[in-house]
Amino acid sequence: MTIRTGLKSLIAAAAAGLALLATAHADDIKIGEINSYSGLPQFTDPYRKGWQLAIDEINAKGGVDGKTLVVVSKDDGGKPADAVTAANELVSNEGVALLAGTFFSNVGLAVADFAAQKKVLFVAGEPLTDAVTWSKGNRYTFRLRPSNYVQAAMLAEEAAKLPAKKWATIAPNYEYGQSAVSVFKKLLSAKRPDIEWVAEQWPPQGKIDAGAVLEAIDAAKPDAILNVEFGPDLVKLVREGNTRGTFQNRSVVSFLTGEPEYLDPLKSETPDGWIVTGYPWSDIKMPEHDAFLKAYQDKYHDYPRLGSVVGYSLMKGIAAILTKASSTDTDKMIAAAEGVSFDTPFAPVTFRAIDHQSTMGAFVGKTALRDGKGVMVDSVYHKGADYLPSDDEVKKLRPRN
Amino acid sequence: MQLLVVQFLSGLASAASLFLVASGLSLIFGVTRIVNFAHGAFFMIGAYLAFTLTDEFSGPLGFWGGMALAAILVGLLGGLFEILLLRRIYRAPELFQLLATFGATLVVQDLVLLIWGPEDLLAPRAPGLAGAVEVLGKRVPSYDLFLIVLGPVVLALLWLLLHRTRWGVLVRAATQDRDMVAALGVNQKWLFTGVFALGTFLAGLGGALEAPREAADHTMDLRIIVEIFVVVVIGGLGSIEGAFVAAILVSLLNAFGILILPKISLVLVFLLMAVVLVIRPWGLFGKKEGAARISGGATASVWKPLDRDGRLVALIFVAAAALAPLALGPYGLAVATEIAIFVLFAASLHLLVSVGGLASFGHAAFLGLGCYGAALTVKALGLPMLPALVAGPVLAALGAAVIGWFAVSLSGVYAAMLTLAFAQILWSIAFQWVPVTGGDNGLLGVWPSPWAATASHLYWLTLTLVVVAVTGLRAIIFSPFGYALRATRDSDLRSEAIGIDRRRVQWRAFVIAGAGAGLAGALFAFLKGSVFPDTMGVSTSIDGLVMVLLGGVETVSGPIVGAIVYKLLSIWLVSHTDYSKLVLGLVIIGLVLIFPKGIAGSLRLRRLRRGVAAREKAPA
Repeated sequence: MTIRTGLKSLIAAAAAGLALLATAHADDIKIGEINSYSGLPQFTDPYRKGWQLAIDEINAKGGVDGKTLVVVSKDDGGKPADAVTAANELVSNEGVALLAGTFFSNVGLAVADFAAQKKVLFVAGEPLTDAVTWSKGNRYTFRLRPSNYVQAAMLAEEAAKLPAKKWATIAPNYEYGQSAVSVFKKLLSAKRPDIEWVAEQWPPQGKIDAGAVLEAIDAAKPDAILNVEFGPDLVKLVREGNTRGTFQNRSVVSFLTGEPEYLDPLKSETPDGWIVTGYPWSDIKMPEHDAFLKAYQDKYHDYPRLGSVVGYSLMKGIAAILTKASSTDTDKMIAAAEGVSFDTPFAPVTFRAIDHQSTMGAFVGKTALRDGKGVMVDSVYHKGADYLPSDDEVKKLRPRN
Repeated sequence: MQLLVVQFLSGLASAASLFLVASGLSLIFGVTRIVNFAHGAFFMIGAYLAFTLTDEFSGPLGFWGGMALAAILVGLLGGLFEILLLRRIYRAPELFQLLATFGATLVVQDLVLLIWGPEDLLAPRAPGLAGAVEVLGKRVPSYDLFLIVLGPVVLALLWLLLHRTRWGVLVRAATQDRDMVAALGVNQKWLFTGVFALGTFLAGLGGALEAPREAADHTMDLRIIVEIFVVVVIGGLGSIEGAFVAAILVSLLNAFGILILPKISLVLVFLLMAVVLVIRPWGLFGKKEGAARISGGATASVWKPLDRDGRLVALIFVAAAALAPLALGPYGLAVATEIAIFVLFAASLHLLVSVGGLASFGHAAFLGLGCYGAALTVKALGLPMLPALVAGPVLAALGAAVIGWFAVSLSGVYAAMLTLAFAQILWSIAFQWVPVTGGDNGLLGVWPSPWAATASHLYWLTLTLVVVAVTGLRAIIFSPFGYALRATRDSDLRSEAIGIDRRRVQWRAFVIAGAGAGLAGALFAFLKGSVFPDTMGVSTSIDGLVMVLLGGVETVSGPIVGAIVYKLLSIWLVSHTDYSKLVLGLVIIGLVLIFPKGIAGSLRLRRLRRGVAAREKAPA
């Protein structure tokens, strides 16, 4: 973090700008990619590195049917309306075969709706809201990451094993936080009818008043806390809670905290023994992941974040769809995508035909402090397929086209 | 009891850093009348510098020295910013400096990323204050107690500085009446620079002191800027004591409010500000501003309707715009449609800001109401596009009638902040009322009816409505109502003396402007196909102001030029570079320096100087 790295990135930015000027060949396949590069760089920088690595690997092996994959990437600035502009540019001007990417749930939904309107295939990477594949699901949209529901189900399973009876929740006051809490509550209460929900706090995202929130929680004397805060709010909450001792003698279950994007800034503040979902990149023993980790570190001299895995897997999935379809016709690609299996650093996954959700899973483990840094220990990979609701339920959740 | 005491202490600790930053903003506004949008950026730089310095130099001396050094560096940076940029534009119309500070904010956001990288950075714990102290059996961080003490200490030091030094006397004098201070021969240049440096020093100090409590990240400037504006306005502009009381009020209400309503923090400060302003129009400690000594208001030059040449040019411009579908593809047309929509949005804001002299920081509320009005007509009532295009402006006009009714009883920045408060309250309704608005997941599937579905048809429809609406707004400016509105802007007293009911005239202007923005919003909903709460967020309101200011407040056609330039630039930059904010910010600063009266304003001035004026005045 010095001035020099700053200058380096400036030069890299200029180079990237020049690279954009290079045009694609006629027999390339263009993929339109949209993400919040300027709004959320801590996730999207590693994410971009991930998909670049995947594209390089795919093209080095001859591309898809001899055609080179070219990604045209656009920034949405974190705004749904700007994402629709970018999607429009990619489809109308660049003539991309399909759309991919997005981070925020509302951006993902806006692009999904655009895709349905314009009849273009859209493979969403990150957006976590269940609505993308269920209540607002459409024929043209697929999603890679395990949704809110799946992560809640994994965490609720662990939480049910705890002796804790009185639970409190802290979540950011917007759709992501609300649905995470409501699904977790529903699933945990179903498994453990003896549980009591004693307090809830809903600080606005990015503006948590950590001391006041923690004392309000503490006053209800819960045995366990569910946390859905992430990013700068999480850092503030954890340091304040460590000082005040709010987490002492309490179990904490926390969404996403094991992802390097959110765990690394905690450094020596990393709490011990929180049950979290995340990405323990240094401890994973999977041959697919070993290969990915080596390739990533060789190319970038940096370790991957979860964003890297999402970006990498996203392009692998798209390549699999294109290979199976042998065409860039939207209907053929959709037919191919339904049920297609592809390799990711977390073992092969499938895009389900029933709701277009991939079966990608997540690691559940515990946080720990090692050499002044936060790590995830005792982590186990849970397959997404094992936590999705039954087909009958999914059919009810998804509108008929 | 135990909980109440602990919440009380938490509230006071949060109030301390809020007060530091807000006091700086209040000082700067009081003396220079600059709405310093970059204050949050200075706060953020303070936090990042504190991280780097305390990371570099360890030990108590390194830590506290690093903190102080970070604040001093920010103060120096602020002084430099004032000398290099703001000094050149003090003569520009009111609020124009906002544009320069907005540009600086954009630049800093990207620079911070380039220098410090994207990761959240948490400074080490303060040496000696790392732990907690037991209060009634509860652990309270000792750093919080330090902040609780520091707040009043800084207040006392500032009070001494302002009341016991000659410099302080001058600052207070300038806050009350800067024309008089200048007339008495005080060198305003260095007074302004000094105040700006002190104000930004306080922002930097606030940022540095936050570094051990929360991670520095590249969005913390925007998170704090609105809140500190609110604190400053609740306390009364220019009042340090007011900022102190308001910071404590806001923080304590929040600390206790969440015990009863855990979701209250989203709107609490804005509710409080709205209530305070309705009861006390100049904030808790503010005083009524003296009548402006320079009559004639913002506009020195006389506005005239378009002459024959002008009409011809406008006609050619509209005709060329109507032929755009021959040259542009679907994407180009979508961009053109969006620009046309924002031309209407900016023109409607212009009616308030330039014609009525009513600054509004919440104009996005009307755009948003137009969006939701149209979207709900389609989604909830199942009606087609045309009724939706009527419902949008109607809902927005109703909203404007309510907001305007309150806003016209205030003046200047207070009125502007009240519009912001209402806009934020509406935003939070859209955000929280999930069954109706869909919350932040929005309303999807608001696409145009089949007859308007193609890009060219939607474009022509938009262009027609926008041309009619903008022409209508222009006609209003030159109607008797428009003259009355301009009279209330130029001189409250004189217009009252000739029998103009100021509040009523301005209230009507609000309703008209609201309807205009609402139409823009309804069209926007159909262009994007979906509606989200962020449409009525602060950044959209600021975008609107930037368009009006960029074009030139003192002109009639400014908002059209401003909207086209700003929207085109931002869409193009976002599409072509990852550092769009950096470039956009630099371009805005450049434009501010080249066109100190806005683009249209400066071009007009140049044209007048070339003697075209003589021809215009000659009898036809």
